[in-house]
Amino acid sequence: MKKTHNIFVFCTILLLIIPQFSFTPIVKSVKGQLQINFKHVVENELLKLDSAYYKNELGQSFKISKFKYYLGEIHLKSVQGKDYYSKSYFLVNEDEESSKQITLNQIPNGNYISISFILGVDSIDNCSGAKSGALDPLNAMFWAWNTGYIFLKLEGNSPVSKSPGGMFEYHIGGYKQPSNCIRKIELDLTKNPIIINNKVSFLELKTNLSEILKSPNTIDFSILSSVTDSKNADLIANNYKDMFSVLSVKNENQ
Amino acid sequence: MKINKLYISLTLIGINITFLSFKEDPNKKITLKDITFTNPKGFPKPNYNFDNNKLSVEKFILGKTLFYDNILSKDNSVNCGTCHQQFAAFAHIDHKLSHGIYAKIGTRNVPALQNLIWKDSYMWDGGVNNLEVQPINPIINPIEMDETIENVLIKLKKDSTYVSLFKKAYKDTIINSQRLLKSLAQFTGLLISVNSRYDKYMNKKDTFSISEKNGLKLFKTKCANCHTEPLFTDNSYRNNGIKIDTLLNDSGRGKITGIEKDNQTFKVPSLRNIEITYPYMHDGRYKTLLQVLNHYSDTTNFEKNEDTSLHKIGHLTLVEKTDIIAFLKTLTDRAFLYDKRFSDPFVRYN
Repeated sequence: MKKTHNIFVFCTILLLIIPQFSFTPIVKSVKGQLQINFKHVVENELLKLDSAYYKNELGQSFKISKFKYYLGEIHLKSVQGKDYYSKSYFLVNEDEESSKQITLNQIPNGNYISISFILGVDSIDNCSGAKSGALDPLNAMFWAWNTGYIFLKLEGNSPVSKSPGGMFEYHIGGYKQPSNCIRKIELDLTKNPIIINNKVSFLELKTNLSEILKSPNTIDFSILSSVTDSKNADLIANNYKDMFSVLSVKNENQ
Repeated sequence: MKINKLYISLTLIGINITFLSFKEDPNKKITLKDITFTNPKGFPKPNYNFDNNKLSVEKFILGKTLFYDNILSKDNSVNCGTCHQQFAAFAHIDHKLSHGIYAKIGTRNVPALQNLIWKDSYMWDGGVNNLEVQPINPIINPIEMDETIENVLIKLKKDSTYVSLFKKAYKDTIINSQRLLKSLAQFTGLLISVNSRYDKYMNKKDTFSISEKNGLKLFKTKCANCHTEPLFTDNSYRNNGIKIDTLLNDSGRGKITGIEKDNQTFKVPSLRNIEITYPYMHDGRYKTLLQVLNHYSDTTNFEKNEDTSLHKIGHLTLVEKTDIIAFLKTLTDRAFLYDKRFSDPFVRYN
């Protein structure tokens, strides 16, 4: 009796394993993965929340307590012409290490010479009701009284700020004209393309937070310490569109 | 003797418990037919359709239970139905301004909840752009329910009734904000009022008195520009000429858009069920329909920047006002006000 039982178990296992062996080599995978890592810096220094002090263009000292932003609609442009596009949104949060790493799956094999994405949330997704995942209102990146997502939150302190406790708070969002804060970012990779060949490639991006305070609009903490609706949001949005740059590309297959 | 009494008491308690537990579940009567949406004749296409929130009996019942459950408020003292009473077309009858938790008082009159799927935005200022995300506001507002969505979810997950209701509705045990909000939208979205005497008259199934007929005629020339049939609103924001209440200082739509000309404009409310949604205006300042018509029929009442459509109304005689009011009362939809599908499931009529 026991023997029959053992044979039965063995056969079942065999039946489960055999197809894997026999079919995998036939169906050739022509897709790979891209892992994007974000390195948050203030000019040349690595961002440290709450403790480190930095200086802005005007020489005003400040520290950062919160830094989060939405990315979505990632588009990889291929040399061969078959592009990769994903509508998905990601919430990158300095306070949550794992959120600074995004993995894209099912990328067709090929050489990709640029990456683009939006900072923000598309207008349709701002209007189409209750969402889950990255866009869950529980992520505290959502305005309930004037429906819409907050695309970027930057909070901290500066001794020159006239807000209580020297705080500054920039909550930037808005998908409607005249204050549309969605910005498309495109980064060139021609010199160092992402080559997907069945395996994982790594793209490291630098997010330079000081760009948000710098150009084209220099933010003076003593004048503008709070942006929490459409007023002045454009100023910051026009700054943050330049905060990303490519640090490195690593292709595993090389 | 003593033991006898005890037995009698215990038996009575037993009967009571049996009676309560075997009492008919009001939700049991709800069938797929009750929650199937068909666009009423003559109505435009709704702005909120249920394409991304497929209607089901279980989701509707979940939404209805949540709507009437104090669990949504911080101290479990108020629910949506506290201020949105069915017999008042889900407005708060005879309450000037909204009431909330800890006996707090809000700054605007509770709007009726009806025909919401034809709206393109919600709240008097239109700040909310989708029916599904509307309930976040009263839940988190410190003077309404003063709760957080996170905590509501924690409470729901601990409650075996809700664990089972969510499972019935969504076939698994996940309880999240999206499901909470979408279920509520199934209930609020189906609050449809289209069976008033006016509707029957338009479909030649009822007759109007002479006064009601005159009222309708007057209404069409003087009021329908903003209160457009069949929804009795054109979904626009307008300044209806009432003087600013300097204590409330409500800038209305302007707060949402940041555009100066939108200040003191408010969403044109539907006039369906207007008879029982008193008091009137965004701040509930008028107690009667006659007071409202008195305001509109005298241009000297108007605050500057009033909407130009108001000039079409002109002076109304008392007879004309009486006729308009007679007509407005034909918009009361008793079938809707007492529709069992929408009634409070927590009420026990023992």
